[in-house]
Amino acid sequence: MHELSLAQGLVEQVQQAAAAEGALRVVSISLELGQYSGVEREAFEFAFPLAAEGTCLAGAELVIREIPVSVLCNTCHRESNPVIPLLICTHCESTDVKLIGGREFLVKSVELEIEEE
Amino acid sequence: MCLTCGCGEANEHHHTHEGDAHHHHHDDHAHTKTVTLEQKVLAENDTYAQNNRAWLAERGIVAINLISAPGSGKTLLLEKTLEALNGKIKCAVITGDQQTDRDAQRLAGKGAKVHQIETISSCHLDAHQIAHTLPEVCEDGTKLLFIENVGNMVCPTAFDLGESFKIALLSTPEGEDKPIKYPVLFATAKTIVLTKMDLAAALEWDLPACRQYVQQVQPGAYTFELSAKTGAGMDAWLDYLKRLIQ
Repeated sequence: MHELSLAQGLVEQVQQAAAAEGALRVVSISLELGQYSGVEREAFEFAFPLAAEGTCLAGAELVIREIPVSVLCNTCHRESNPVIPLLICTHCESTDVKLIGGREFLVKSVELEIEEE
Repeated sequence: MCLTCGCGEANEHHHTHEGDAHHHHHDDHAHTKTVTLEQKVLAENDTYAQNNRAWLAERGIVAINLISAPGSGKTLLLEKTLEALNGKIKCAVITGDQQTDRDAQRLAGKGAKVHQIETISSCHLDAHQIAHTLPEVCEDGTKLLFIENVGNMVCPTAFDLGESFKIALLSTPEGEDKPIKYPVLFATAKTIVLTKMDLAAALEWDLPACRQYVQQVQPGAYTFELSAKTGAGMDAWLDYLKRLIQ
């Protein structure tokens, strides 16, 4: 399960951002997760609290937006979201397509608790 | 409690309750703030990967990340490939397994520098491990670097190593429909090698069906069929490798 090492990586990244802002703790983390990122959402959600334990991310909520696979058609030049695993253009059914989305695994933003001056 | 970000340093703001070991009470003198990061979660890995890619490009080395299930024939294909290319194309190999250097032993003495990475608990190679290994394994004149990933069709696909591209292997005993079961790998590999073709008849393995599944997940995918054991199909594979470095 590589999701635990990914969760540890996320914790380190967010710790840096929290420290830079002088945050007390992390309230929530917004992520984008592509269907073809190679990351299993449920496994990641399971691993995250283990990685966050004992850090300022403990108890933080994960807000995950799933990004569907998208392809660009070389025949009709339109984008579409095929039903995976079949990579075809949903407009013209061409198989001459390029994978342009769905590999993402991004941390978009973090909500931090900051002490008042 | 939070040594890294120091969020527990003001002890008067941090009370511990029974059964609630890490609960902050910042009461009304704290507020929340949203900070935009827009970073890849694998940003650290990807930085190493980019450096690896640049390091390899400077030296004109083509690096192939071989990914497949355990037992699909990566090591035998490499053994036969190194034997065939010995003295013709200078190769190097980084091979990953959870434990033992058995693969490195099998690949030794065939003209290529070989380095084994034991990942211990990890199910994949990462770009940091590769970064440490590259200068040692890629001697002057190396043209082709094979990175034999840990046998696993899922986890290694998430980690860019800085390779030129990925090649997926699929052996006939795994069944024709592996590509649609593990589409991420088969959609993102540049080339797909169908191995153990010598067993296809005995297994009643259906080549056209398998090709069709491959095309579903990656229309236009380039595939090879071969048997490293009998040598059938190896010439086309070796020609392909020779063309890569021209």
